Amino acid sequence: MLDIVEYDTLIPNNVSLSSDRRVLKALEKWHPGYINWWNDLIPRQFQESLVYLRTAVSVDPKGWAKFDYVKMPEYRWGILLAPQVEDRKIPCGEHAGEPAWQEVPGEYRAMLRRLIVIQGDTEPASVEQQRHLGLTAPSLYDMRNLFQVNVEEGRHLWAMVYLLQKYFGADGREEADDLLRRQSGSEEAPRMLGAFNEETPDWLSFFMFTYFTDRDGKMQLEALAQSGFDPLSRTCRFMLTEEAHHMFVGETGVGRTIQRTCEAMKEAGIEDPYEIEKIRALGVIDLPTIQKKLNLHYTLSLDLFGQEVSTNAANSFNAGIKGRYMEHRLDDDHKLQSDSYVVWQLEDDKPVQREVPALTAINMRLRDDYTRDAAGGVSRWNKIIEKEGINFEMKLPHESFNRKIGVFSDKLFNPEGKLVSGAEYDQGAKNWLPTHADGDFIQSLMKPCYEPGKYASWIASPKVGIDNKPGDFEYVKLHMA
Amino acid sequence: MNKPVKQHLIDPEICIRCYTCEMTCPIEAITHNDDNVVVDFDKCNFCMDCIPVCPTGSIDEWRVVSEPYSLDQQFEWMELPAQEEFAEGASEEASGLEALDDDMARLLAEAHAGAGGKAKAPASASKASINLYTLAKPAEVTVQGNYRLTADDDHDVRHIILDAGGLPFPLLEGQSVGVIPPGSDENGKPHLPRLYSISSPRSGERPNYNNFSLTVKREEKGICSNFVCDLKSGDKVQVTGPFGSTFLMPNDSAARLLMICTGTGSAPFRAFTMQRQRSGATGDMTLVFGARTADALPYFGPLKKVPETVLKKHLVFSREAEKPKRYVQDELRAMEEEIVGLLNDPTAHIYICGLRAMEEGVEAAFENIAESTGRAWKEIRDVMRSEGRYHVETY
Repeated sequence: MLDIVEYDTLIPNNVSLSSDRRVLKALEKWHPGYINWWNDLIPRQFQESLVYLRTAVSVDPKGWAKFDYVKMPEYRWGILLAPQVEDRKIPCGEHAGEPAWQEVPGEYRAMLRRLIVIQGDTEPASVEQQRHLGLTAPSLYDMRNLFQVNVEEGRHLWAMVYLLQKYFGADGREEADDLLRRQSGSEEAPRMLGAFNEETPDWLSFFMFTYFTDRDGKMQLEALAQSGFDPLSRTCRFMLTEEAHHMFVGETGVGRTIQRTCEAMKEAGIEDPYEIEKIRALGVIDLPTIQKKLNLHYTLSLDLFGQEVSTNAANSFNAGIKGRYMEHRLDDDHKLQSDSYVVWQLEDDKPVQREVPALTAINMRLRDDYTRDAAGGVSRWNKIIEKEGINFEMKLPHESFNRKIGVFSDKLFNPEGKLVSGAEYDQGAKNWLPTHADGDFIQSLMKPCYEPGKYASWIASPKVGIDNKPGDFEYVKLHMA
Repeated sequence: MNKPVKQHLIDPEICIRCYTCEMTCPIEAITHNDDNVVVDFDKCNFCMDCIPVCPTGSIDEWRVVSEPYSLDQQFEWMELPAQEEFAEGASEEASGLEALDDDMARLLAEAHAGAGGKAKAPASASKASINLYTLAKPAEVTVQGNYRLTADDDHDVRHIILDAGGLPFPLLEGQSVGVIPPGSDENGKPHLPRLYSISSPRSGERPNYNNFSLTVKREEKGICSNFVCDLKSGDKVQVTGPFGSTFLMPNDSAARLLMICTGTGSAPFRAFTMQRQRSGATGDMTLVFGARTADALPYFGPLKKVPETVLKKHLVFSREAEKPKRYVQDELRAMEEEIVGLLNDPTAHIYICGLRAMEEGVEAAFENIAESTGRAWKEIRDVMRSEGRYHVETY
């Protein structure tokens, strides 16, 4: 049976909202606050513009990517869950093999609520961080991609709010309201995770953020998609199909930036990627600066995975609330009572790898899967550089570098993972992490380019258009008033 | 040599390895290693479920191959191999990608045979989606309207508007859809779809509505045409498609179009004209349209409202009272100077659509006109065709 999306309420959904008066009422009450949040956030001229967006009209593969011009405030945010799998079982932990829960199991109520709130909090946070980027979009194509990411983050907030309203009663309603009350970077009510309170000041930061930080989000969704609480699993599975677009924006955004830099260097006959001033004079971002941005965003994102050894993570796995990446494809007992896993530890100020009980290393296992996933794109960026014949290689820094959480957080390491003194660190930092001057330079390139088919000086055009559209397609019909 | 086959591939330079296609594929035909995501030729059944879920467009790649690429070969790729060249004699049916099922590919190959060689889309055409809906998984669309276009009793031509509702149905002008008439044939098998060219532009019969139109002539004893011509508003129809990836219009706004048709062959040209009006194209368009009488000419009324500055109209009638019979080829000869100008213009595109019987006469007229300039028509035609500027679709 196809899962048909109902449009008979204000909120498109495939969860039969019209026959669930209590939840419908709660969501309708929450809805105006959401619309206000959105309207106050994105600059007015973009709210009035027509954006060529993808909207899901059903959750089967053929129906979830329908493209059309939409004004963002009129985007059909809805509640879409992947189709229910018959006889689904709890995939991991002490309840592995028992039927998946359709209601919240009492003993795990608090744990579940916390996980959903943390996930939900990141969704509006990133829209808040990116709110001003439309003003400096390097093309209408990129502006459209930004807004697509934004409206889908908004939809992901809806997805989490639905779970809170449907399954957590008065507590859930309060949490849902708080998701709109907290603000990224706010003094009195900041977002819950550190990385989501930093501003996204420029487009390279945005691409790095979508590549590295949204990829953490993707891994968390992958783990929650394995949940024994079936509504959460179904919600996250559908969110993952949308998350793939965010990965695409990040990977191709950084790739196109690298591409343009390499092309400009070749045109100008510059072979040495460290001739930074000469390269910057071409109106492109030099490769060493891109590497520094990579170092920063990768390490900030590693912090999002928490401590190397974590009893919280062990508990949620054991409870069957959160699984591992691709749990259903792993070939073990899915309980991990007697298994071990290798994690980084610090012994005598040296990073060493040690076996610890696998249950307590659930976070690290997910982080290792994350690093593998993230390394793939870095090697594809290197292929671009290699193809242009430039001698430079992007690298992921060592996991000990620039960490604020976990065993490495108290010590100073260089990107190779070697312990360094404070003086050595201060000396090296300007080559490892973006400086204020780097930020100012990148900012100086952030000039909007709003002509269809044209791109700012620092970024190459994409190889393929969205929805197969030709190169000069007007992805955003800007409201000029 | 093996009969060439169509193979579904993924472009490794565009793919971001998100594995969404792999998770979506209902039959596990997609797999990956550390390098690439690949499609198993032996498993893929062209169900198209993976196409819309791909965030990059890398999934929408097809090659006609004499020997399918193995998984190991695909794992090694850094970039997609070029389409292999087939010998000059290879038929479009064998080497084309107009449709992914053999019956539809054969019908389109037959329809395009009059172009004298392998059909090629205009360089600036949009990339067409094909085979989203198949006999096994058709789309159900709803009739929004059925209007009679002709006043002649012997020629009942209908304009049918179909609404795809919430279903994604991306169509380009010049593409066709298959209509599945209900019931079964004398052997008890369900009827195969009949192909009809759409007559509305890409943005819909009504702009930004998910609907499209067909132009259908009632044929005596025609199972499908009678079914379609009798449809009423609200009726449901099973359709397949879209089909066709070469008989498309150029997006280049300055391109010039010469469109030659008879009867319902006017369907794609209605779509071309509307699309160019909606997109504000600047290149001129000329229509040479033949019918028995004005009463038998579909869209006679609306056509007269299109300004001559947008579309130069040459309506030609073969059975008008007390007038000599005139056919489209006669008109073409009378337009010699204009035609020569078009043949010499690298931005000109020629389209011929209608009954097969018109082909010979039109071809002869072009031969005469080319000859008068001292050039061989077949050479001009072959160059234009290989540049995607000469298109024939007859039935």
